[in-house]
Amino acid sequence: MSLELDHISIRLAGRELISLTASIGPGEVLTVMGPSGSGKSTLLAFVAGFLDPAFSASGTVRLDGQDISQLPANLRRTAMLFQDPMLFPHMSVGENLLFAVRAGKNQGTERRQLAEAALDEAGLTGFFGRDPATLSGGQKARAALMRVLLSQPKALLLDEPFSKLDTDRRSKIRDFVFEEAKQRRLPVLLVTHDAADADSAGGQVVTLG
Amino acid sequence: MLAAAPTLAILVLAGPILIGLLATALPAFGYFPVLGGENFSLQPWRDLAAMPGLWRSATVSLVTGLVTAFVALAAVAAFMAGWSQTRLFRSVQHLVSPLLSVPHAAAAFGLAFLLAPSGWLMRLVSPELTGFTRPPDWLVVHDSLGLTMMAGLIVKEIPFLFLIALAALPQIRPRDYAATATSLGYGRMAGFFHTVWPQLYPQIRLAVFAVIAYSSSVVDVAIILGPTNPAPLAVRLVGWMNDPDLKMRFVASAGALLQLGVTAAALVLWIVGEKLAGMAHRKLRVSGRRFAREQPARIVSAGAISLAAFAVIAGLALLALWSLAGYWAFPDALPHSLTLDTWGRQLPALGRPFAITVAVGFAATVVAVAITLACLEFETRTGARVKGRALMILYLPLIVPQASFVFGLQLSFLWAGLGASFGTLVLAHLVFVLPYVMLSLTEPWHAADPRYARAANSMGASDNLVFWCIRMPMALAPILVAAAVSFAVSVGQYLPTLLIGAGRWPTITTEAIALASGGDRRVIGVFAFVQMGLPFIGFLVATLVPAVAFARRRDMRAAHA
Repeated sequence: MSLELDHISIRLAGRELISLTASIGPGEVLTVMGPSGSGKSTLLAFVAGFLDPAFSASGTVRLDGQDISQLPANLRRTAMLFQDPMLFPHMSVGENLLFAVRAGKNQGTERRQLAEAALDEAGLTGFFGRDPATLSGGQKARAALMRVLLSQPKALLLDEPFSKLDTDRRSKIRDFVFEEAKQRRLPVLLVTHDAADADSAGGQVVTLG
Repeated sequence: MLAAAPTLAILVLAGPILIGLLATALPAFGYFPVLGGENFSLQPWRDLAAMPGLWRSATVSLVTGLVTAFVALAAVAAFMAGWSQTRLFRSVQHLVSPLLSVPHAAAAFGLAFLLAPSGWLMRLVSPELTGFTRPPDWLVVHDSLGLTMMAGLIVKEIPFLFLIALAALPQIRPRDYAATATSLGYGRMAGFFHTVWPQLYPQIRLAVFAVIAYSSSVVDVAIILGPTNPAPLAVRLVGWMNDPDLKMRFVASAGALLQLGVTAAALVLWIVGEKLAGMAHRKLRVSGRRFAREQPARIVSAGAISLAAFAVIAGLALLALWSLAGYWAFPDALPHSLTLDTWGRQLPALGRPFAITVAVGFAATVVAVAITLACLEFETRTGARVKGRALMILYLPLIVPQASFVFGLQLSFLWAGLGASFGTLVLAHLVFVLPYVMLSLTEPWHAADPRYARAANSMGASDNLVFWCIRMPMALAPILVAAAVSFAVSVGQYLPTLLIGAGRWPTITTEAIALASGGDRRVIGVFAFVQMGLPFIGFLVATLVPAVAFARRRDMRAAHA
């Protein structure tokens, strides 16, 4: 699996914010750095299919060789992690994970087993029925990652997902995320203003603004 | 489907008003074949002008609209200026919010029970202070200037304007501005009026217009508290509309247009007043006067708003007490005994109106919430935003007086062969509940964090799935509050129920008003108490359901606490 950004250009009111061509191989990380307001989150929104109509954009996004630029967000398979874990507050941790598991042949107990296995992997064994609000910041971050992975994405889009974690937790979660992505051979597009994130990712770095 | 929702909303909001006004205008000029009016003429206007006391009726309506809006707005503004960010402010806020759900008629009955010569205040001081052993022959309720009617409207419009202003306040950072003005030596109230008020007023202006329109054309409160000889214009219209002589329908139509003119005139006068006040305000602003000695004004403002809240609450307590009263002679302050006899006797009479009230309110609410959610979801998906002019349409049913178009709407239903049916009644209520549902749901819907939906989308969830599983359940609390508001508004509808229901669909409200002239306080107490209790139950459900559903979801409770 690979993610290709082919001559991406994003403009706001005629001014070009972003101009980028890049290719991210399986398990690789492309880090996009820049101060706030440089449009790095806009790039993620464009790739994921959430670009605000105020912007205009051109260029092609290819995932696994397929052009996804015209697809609606829910068919792109570009799973996104945000600054906050965004666990749905009205669902239990387990329901959050089940929401992500794809329908189809995974019926009933099998879906539940998938969710439980994901929790085990994230060190959250026994958290299935818990209220997300009762989890620590690190636990929420791991649950959010497992949720995204259960949706079987073909690429991972990270919007400063570590910036709100405290320092000693940050590196652990970061390593966990990159490790999981590498195992699943997912291309990762990471947006951050923290140089440590880029160092840890160890891939290409693009600086905006 | 979804793309049709905004159009449907505009049709519901504006359609009945336009049809109603047209079907009022035609008979007002003599033409309405169904009623035997084959030719255009000015005869209805001549007949209308010949009605005794017509100008006095119109003047009372006009003055009531302006005075009610001015006093209620002044009370709200002064209290906000003097007490924002104090403990007293927060307690008044908690006290006033539930009062919004009290129907106008129940509040008016309560006020009558409080203020009448044989009312509770008089009993409290009699015979010790007054020497009265029987009620004096004073015209307090139904006074010819309409003062009690205005008081009844003011105490109900204060909570309305207060909550509208409260919702608009956070966007304009009142604390920063007020602090700046205070640091320059301005009094707290002066600082508020110079810095916050000019930004706040434009945001609540349409609501003030709605108060003017409502008060200048109100029927139920006017029947309960207003002057009788002559009655305010809208009350007389209803009499003509229900007159067995079909010719009176033409006079009523002309009168309905006159009502439209009276309300429009009140609005124009208000706008002129706005301009004058704005000029005076600008002069004062650069005069350098600090108004630092404001303590008396602050105390008066707190007293005014507390008095209004007390009047409504005491009135409601009196309704309950009268419904349970056994023998209760003047001037005793309390009944000799309490009994459930009145309730027992009225229970059979309550049944059908109760069922109709609940069914109509429920149906109108479900439709209104569905239309509103469809509009909001359409907005969310397309990134469109409702702008100024669309907001005007939202306020249309609140600003065009009911008395001016509901009668025409009834005539057009008649003309279309649609009699008084459950469906037409629900449709008529829908016109008036939809604006409230939209007004109360739009803000919380927009406030939701869009990243939840994006997270769901990026995991492969379709827009429909995101709506049903993420956006809607997360907005459950505000949706239920909007539904409760809608139900309360529906329960309180008098004129549309009376006219569109044509007497065949009695509700608690129409029955309660019908009792007004009889003056049996125990029976009125029962009906008015039920009228007040229904919206209250609605709000109770709206509070309890999310609390139970999300009992183990801490962030869902925090988000809407």
